[in-house]
Parts: sequence; structure tokens; C-alpha cells
Amino acid sequence: MSPGEHPTAEGSPATSPAVWCSHLRKRFRRHQAVHDVSLQVGRGEVVGLLGPNGAGKTTVIKMLLGLVRPDSGEVLLLGRPVDDPAARAGVGYLPELFRYQPWLTAAEVVALHARLSGASVPAAEQRDRLALVGLGQRGDDRVGGFSKGMQQRLGLAVALVARPAFVVLDEPTSALDPVGRADVRDVVLGLREQGTAVLLNSHLIGEVERVCDRVVILDRGRVAAAGTLAELLGQRRLRLELSGVTAAAEQRLAATGPVEREGDTWTVALTALPEGDQGDDGGRVPALVRDLAALGVAVHAVEPVRVSLEERLLGILRHPDGHPDAQPQHQEASR
Amino acid sequence: MSHQLRSTGVIALLTLREAARRKVVLALAALTVLLLGLAGWGFWRLGAELTSGEARVAASQVLNLVLFGLSLIAALGTAFLTGPTVAGETESGAALAVLARPVRRSAYLLGKWLGLAVFGGTYVVVAAFALCLVVLWAVGYWPPDPVAGLLLLAGQTVVLLTLALLLSTAVSPMASGVVAVGLFGATWISGVVGGVGSALGNEGVARVGEVSRVVLPTDGLWRGAMHAFQDPTALAAMGQGAEAFPFLSVSSPTPLYLLWSAVWVAMVLWVATTAFARKDL
Repeated sequence: MSPGEHPTAEGSPATSPAVWCSHLRKRFRRHQAVHDVSLQVGRGEVVGLLGPNGAGKTTVIKMLLGLVRPDSGEVLLLGRPVDDPAARAGVGYLPELFRYQPWLTAAEVVALHARLSGASVPAAEQRDRLALVGLGQRGDDRVGGFSKGMQQRLGLAVALVARPAFVVLDEPTSALDPVGRADVRDVVLGLREQGTAVLLNSHLIGEVERVCDRVVILDRGRVAAAGTLAELLGQRRLRLELSGVTAAAEQRLAATGPVEREGDTWTVALTALPEGDQGDDGGRVPALVRDLAALGVAVHAVEPVRVSLEERLLGILRHPDGHPDAQPQHQEASR
Repeated sequence: MSHQLRSTGVIALLTLREAARRKVVLALAALTVLLLGLAGWGFWRLGAELTSGEARVAASQVLNLVLFGLSLIAALGTAFLTGPTVAGETESGAALAVLARPVRRSAYLLGKWLGLAVFGGTYVVVAAFALCLVVLWAVGYWPPDPVAGLLLLAGQTVVLLTLALLLSTAVSPMASGVVAVGLFGATWISGVVGGVGSALGNEGVARVGEVSRVVLPTDGLWRGAMHAFQDPTALAAMGQGAEAFPFLSVSSPTPLYLLWSAVWVAMVLWVATTAFARKDL
């Protein structure tokens, strides 16, 4: 289903996407923060939200949760209109600006959120959540004495306490050290295993690349690109060190994909293969090497060049108009 | 019980816990003990210097003066507690996580209001009752209608904190406290000016007090409380000039005025919840 279609036409709240929004707009005084954003996160799907500072990521997240009122557009959260508080019953949220009552203890903050969520979460389970984020020993300490990193860990425990079906993490590692970041990554992977949907806003592209099924890139309040990692990073390249390249060999290279040459280094862009046919790259690389050798070319090195998400992101953001690789949002493959 | 109602209760208890943990209770208790101690000493001297009849009349006026001090402490306390607990939580981001829960903003704000009302109301009733006991011990004076007086004092505190709550949905924590206490003071002064106007038979000046008592009912309720605490003979002794004296009241509030005060609180709460529901966090 594409973000344009109204999801209630297809199913009940239980089967509808974790979140769906259509044509969101928001203006803060003279600044148009969000122009026209439509996106969705399917049940059990982990979606990364990427984009430069000021792209409108946090504003979009707040509109998805009913914390900011959009000027226009529609949001369905777990199948219900977002202005219905019950829509938020299955949601866990770690805000970018994480701050918890400094005069409560960590365990009291978690208990407060369990109570407000309406779910009955036994005390042992609440303690497990604190232990999961590495605060097992600090449950009885006041939040006021916590470092920023510990408060962010507490925020993660709070987001997870009510057994959510959809977790929204806005910059969940901004205050964390490398160990903390790895912990968050493990938590997100664990959520994915349990079938919990996650919307992850992060500047750490490597983190997003490792845990997300799909990525939405926002730029200046618009969706600049969206798709699965395979779709966004679909174009892979092959770098070959060759000598004795004949005209016939050149033709063979060109038949594989667009070729660039720099001295003895030849780079071939492999056109994207149909989904599900990527395991051995369709046997194209071995066939190419075999054919080149048969044509008398000396093959010194063959090296696959992977386009990283970071390169793709920079490519999309620096060449917003008419970039050959840019996949406008309306072309997004349906899932 | 619906989830929203339960959430209101949870937030109200949380607000009470905040008042206790942030040592607001301790600070108020210390101030009150200081005030009661000074008042006790003063009343004791009053009883020792004057004849018992004079002492009763003087005591009922001085009681109102000290009660004004108490209500000022309650006003400052609740107004400056309301700012941080609502505007402060929205500003710092603490409200973000709470309001991303299935909790209506109106339930959240009503919970805050309820917690503050219980806190402020209880404080002023306990402190004023303690003061009455001190006066009884020192000069043997017991107010004619202490229950009505205590309730009116609590009502005054609730009116002021409702105003502070409305302000805190719109302006910064500090500004909401300053403006609420400023308006409280301005209404009191308008009431005194109006009293002077009545005493002089100047209707124009008297209307200043009447209008201000309608716009912000703190002063009207305060005057009702004074009337309930003072000795009726004090009024007779002052004669025509009683109205001009800021710590005597010539009448108790009418039922219509009490109803208006309740409607005022409901209206301001409604405006506050509506404004808060529309706020971008």
C-alpha cells in the first residue's frame, strides 16, 4: 500500500499500519517546517527517518503522535485517528528532548508511565525494562542525579514499558557512548524480532543501515526519497583492474552496464536486479570475468564497490533535482 | 473508572508528590511556623497590655492582618508552584513523554489543577486554623464563623491557582507566577481603594473595588473570610470608617457571589484546557 491510500479502506485497526500519514503540513510563524509529508510504517517494520538538521523530522514525529497539530493532513496511529487518545495506548516514545521528573526515582518514572499507558505491567517486568537498558542497579536513585546518557537510557525503558506495538525513537543515541549505542541497536533488533514496529530518527546512518528495513529521507520538510535499503542502494558497482583490453572486451564490459575508465581501472555499474535475485548477483560477475579472460584480457583485480547509505543520502540531499539515482516518493515500491 | 479519570488522579497525586519532594511543603511549613510564632508573641503582648474587651477588638483585626500574611504565602506558594509544574514541564520536555501516553490534555491539566488545589487549600486551612488556636491561647478570642472563613480562604487560593494555571499554558513559568501574584495584589489594592470610596460615599471610586472583585474573585472571597473571622463588635467600634479599613469587612459574600466565583473557576479552567489542547509541544 502506498502512503497515498487510506489504510482503513483495507483493514481493521488491528491490521492497519503502525502509523500512516498523508499530506502533512505545518507552519511555525513564518517558517514552513513541513511542506507535504506522507509516509507509513507497517506493523513489525523498522523504518529509519533520515535527513539534515531542520528537515522537519522531529516535527513530523510529533505530528504522528498528536503532540503537534498539523495545519493540514491526516494521521492514523495504529488504525485510529491521532486525536483519539486511545490511539496512543500501544505507542512507546523516546523524545529527542528527553526529560523526566527529576524528583522521582527511575523505578517511579517507569511505574508512572506504565500506569498512564493503561496497561497492567507487573513490577518485575518494569524492573526488567530498567535492566534491559542498563539501569537495573539504579532503579531507586532519583532521576535528578542521572547523567544525560542515563536519562536517555531511562527514556528508552519508558518507551518500552507498556509492551508497545509501535515504538518511536527520536535520536535515541544522541547522549550515549559507543557501548550505549550498541545497546540501543540491540534493543531495536530485539523489537524487530518480536514484531514491534519502530520509527527511528537518527543521524547515525550506520545505525539506521544496520537495523532498518526501510528508510524515509526528509529534506526541507518534504520526502526526498523513500524505499527499502535494497531499493535505495540498488545500484552496485564493480571495479576491475585490467590490461590488454580489446575492442571486443570493451563491448563485453559495456553489455554489463555503464562503464567508466580511469587508466587501467574500469568501473562498471551493475543495473539493479529484480528483488529476490540478488544472492549471487545472478552469476553476472563470474561470467564477466570468465568472458574477459577468454577475450585475452589480463584481470588483475575485481572489487565490488558498495554504495553506502551515507553516500546515497548525500547524493540525494546535494542533488535534490533530477539526480539520476533519486527515487521520488511517489515511485516508492509498495510493500 | 475511565482511563482519563484515573489519569487525572495519577497526575494529581504526582503533583502532590512533586510539592513534597521539591521541599515546597518544608519551605511553607518553616514560613508558617515563623509567622505563627511572631503572631503568638504579638497577641500575647496585646492580651497583656490591653483590657480583655479592647484585646478582643484589637485581636480580631490583627488576626485578619496575620491571615492576610498567610494568604499571601499561600498565593505566592501556589502561583510559583503552578508555573514550573505546567509551563516548566512543557518547556523542559518532561510533558512530551507523558502526553504521548493515552492521556487527554484536559485530563492532564485537570490533574495538575486538582493536585495544586488540594495542596494549596489544605495548606491555607491548616495554617489558618493553627493561627486561630494561637489567638485563642493568647487572648481568648475565637472567631464567630471559623469554618466559613477557612473555606473562603481555601476558595481564594483555588481561584488564584486557577488563574496561574491559565497563565502557565500561555507564558513562561516565571512570568505566569509573577503575573498571577501581581494581579492578586492589584485586586486587593483595588478592593481597598473601593472600600475607601464607599466610606467617603464616592460611588465612582467604590465601583473600582466592585469591578475588580468580579473580574478576579480573590479579593471578594478574602473579604468574606475576614468577615467570618472578625469580632462583630469591631465593626461597631469603627463605625462609618470601617469600610475604609483594609483589615475589616462589612459584609459576608452573597450566595450569588459564591456561585459566580465557582463559575469563574470553571470558566478559566475551561479556557486553560482549551488553550493547552491546542498548544504545540
